[in-house]
Amino acid sequence: MGRKLLLENAHIEGIRYYDTYRKQGGYAAAEKALKSMGPEAVLEEVKKSGLRGRGGAGFPTGMKWSFIAKPEGVPRYLVCNADESEPGTFKDRYLMEFIPHLLIEGLLISSFTLGANACYIYIRGEYAWIPDILEQAIAEAKNNGWLGKNIQGTGFDLEIYVQRGAGAYICGEETALIESLEGKRGNPRIKPPFPAVKGLWQCPTVVNNVETLAAVVPIINYGADEYIKLGTGKSTGTKLISACGNINKPGVYEIEMNISVEEFIFSEEYCGGIKNGKRLKACIPGGSSVPVLPANLLLKTAKGDTRMMTYEGLAEGGFATGSMLGSGGFIVMDEDQCIVRNTLTFARFYHHESCGQCSPCREGTGWMEKVLKNIEYGKGKMSDIDLLWDIQRKIEGNTICPLGDAAAWPVAAAIRHFRDEFEWHVKNPEEAQRRNFGLAHYADPLPVPAAV
Amino acid sequence: MAEEKKLFKVKIDNITVEVEPGTTILNAARGIGGDVVPPAMCYYSKLQGSGGKCRTCLVKVTKGSEADPRPMPKLVASCRTTVMDGMEVANITSPEVLDARKGIVEFLLINHPLDCPVCDQAGECDLQDLSYEHGAETTRYEFKRRTFDKVDLGEHIQLHMTRCILCYRCVFTADQLTEKREHGILDRGDHSQISTYIQQNLDNDFIGNVIDVCPVGALTDKTARFKNRVWFLKPVDAHRNCDNPKCCGKTVLWMRGNEIFRVTARKDQFGEVENWICDTCRFDKKDVKDWVVEGPRNIDRHSVISQGHYVNTVQPKDPLVEVLDGRQPQLLFDIHTTSQVNRPDIDLSKIDGPAHSDDFNKPKS
Repeated sequence: MGRKLLLENAHIEGIRYYDTYRKQGGYAAAEKALKSMGPEAVLEEVKKSGLRGRGGAGFPTGMKWSFIAKPEGVPRYLVCNADESEPGTFKDRYLMEFIPHLLIEGLLISSFTLGANACYIYIRGEYAWIPDILEQAIAEAKNNGWLGKNIQGTGFDLEIYVQRGAGAYICGEETALIESLEGKRGNPRIKPPFPAVKGLWQCPTVVNNVETLAAVVPIINYGADEYIKLGTGKSTGTKLISACGNINKPGVYEIEMNISVEEFIFSEEYCGGIKNGKRLKACIPGGSSVPVLPANLLLKTAKGDTRMMTYEGLAEGGFATGSMLGSGGFIVMDEDQCIVRNTLTFARFYHHESCGQCSPCREGTGWMEKVLKNIEYGKGKMSDIDLLWDIQRKIEGNTICPLGDAAAWPVAAAIRHFRDEFEWHVKNPEEAQRRNFGLAHYADPLPVPAAV
Repeated sequence: MAEEKKLFKVKIDNITVEVEPGTTILNAARGIGGDVVPPAMCYYSKLQGSGGKCRTCLVKVTKGSEADPRPMPKLVASCRTTVMDGMEVANITSPEVLDARKGIVEFLLINHPLDCPVCDQAGECDLQDLSYEHGAETTRYEFKRRTFDKVDLGEHIQLHMTRCILCYRCVFTADQLTEKREHGILDRGDHSQISTYIQQNLDNDFIGNVIDVCPVGALTDKTARFKNRVWFLKPVDAHRNCDNPKCCGKTVLWMRGNEIFRVTARKDQFGEVENWICDTCRFDKKDVKDWVVEGPRNIDRHSVISQGHYVNTVQPKDPLVEVLDGRQPQLLFDIHTTSQVNRPDIDLSKIDGPAHSDDFNKPKS
């Protein structure tokens, strides 16, 4: 049984409320940070812990914090990115809904470290009921002297504001989020300048994911040395994985980053295997934007090693044979799932969510959706597959924000690994309307390259 | 010499140029001029915050700077990337850049109606030039193009959203030149559009400049619409004393004979307006008497407009003046009152039946 840090007390009744949370040792980390450590020590501890951004990109948090500009007389801001809109990802929702005080404690410690006196939680508009939970928790924290002026007599002031988005995926991109928070149209900004220099209202700003900020609490509680012991290599600590798809036990799991993908899918402790005794066909291990992997490449890397549930493990082999841990939206597909249909669904999503600011993404996402629709509904041509490949290649890397890449990667990976299935759709348009391609050879063991 | 600013050395397509710190790659390339200048569809040097959106100006930075020689991992938008000392940039020397640019042009064109034969912008359209230089001859797009209903923006400006490439220039223009911006971008993705919340007139003394900054035929001048092709017109520089303190009064008149078809601001070699002009100059002064004509405007010889060979054209001699023996020709006139045969003092309505030459006989006296 893996050790839990974030969801340690999640099962305790009433953990949503201050009294229970405090009784379980809550706000001890905040007390430690504010009273005995000081900002520099906290920053050092976070750096030492090797904590990486849990929102998708996996950028080291300590390093991000140390980049923040500190000009005289200019306020700094911490923004919590709770705009969790990636299809397949629902881990932040769980944290905010059940242990809101963990997030608030994390925000308090992080703001203290960064010297920010105002902190914003930008929450996804569709999470309509969560702002109430957060606001209640903020009020409780304030009543108990953990927010407001002169927190616990340390002289540090902090206000936390909750702001709801209006339902745009793009506002999860940090600069679009800042624009939206300022009350403008949620278009990503052109970088540089980076938010660490000119962010919210042109002031230095750090934008972090909910889980990242919550993870600061156990790091301070147990110390970075203890934290590093969990996980493997550069993937330290624990990660929340929101597992969904054709598995027996979908849900949010906290894993220590030292287990294999196979264990995660098939062990009783986690997903509990594939539903209805079907076979595993493919998996998207980190939310809809990351490349999809067929079963044979998912469980073993191209080199024949066991694939681990870590940042490096899932990225092993690059995009040619690997994927990404991303935001931890683990989507499992069994043999009855159609990759073409699945890719079309994602393409439609990215077409719908493109902000329309820069041309490759605005025009290319819609084009990919239309071509995929043709293939899925039996009107495709062989040349369409190459066309799709060419479109995604011309979107990727040429856009302002990562949404273009996120739209291109699933299509690229689907064609890279499942080209047979696309070709089958084109060659058998009528049959493809009636049945799925099935598992085919996607779970067959890969030929292991001979040792050189 | 201490006050002298340190200049940054930048190498663009193996041509070295020295520019001030803070210059963008695009502007450095414009300093060199010629083919190394990346095309720009959304960047406008006079509009703050513009650029970065169309991605046609993508270039490859092969060497970051003298201090940090690593190349940049992705292609960068040259209009929004500032130079570093010792930076090396590949534009037309990089096949990767040319390939990406070709892709961008294709993206820009898939939803563009290509109705150039009926578009007023044809001949001076940035997108037309761009696709001519960087695009492919055929399209791989087989679907219905996105279309919009026409939006009425008042008596002077026609918005044809279907042609728009969403460069945001007109939004920045309205933000920075006029007192109040009344239009903006609605919706998102490929159905986002330039519009006003509720259909309303764009009425502001500098709003006409959105027509000049529009790279395509999405915003056109209603007072000149469908009147003539730009390449049949003769552009001449002219000026007038404009009452508006913000207006420079220096314009280009697009004339045919002595008739002014439209008035625009003067554009530099990169297609950017040199000085903004007010709406009075643009829309209301269509008489040669309003203007002091300076002379023919130099037009890039690659432009289709220069095909009109308007320079030094001699106006053919009008024979009518001689024929009429000095009298002014009149196109529509009341033959009865003007005729030298009929007598105006005789009221036609008082004559019984059809008039006859006898009715006009002067009584002999």
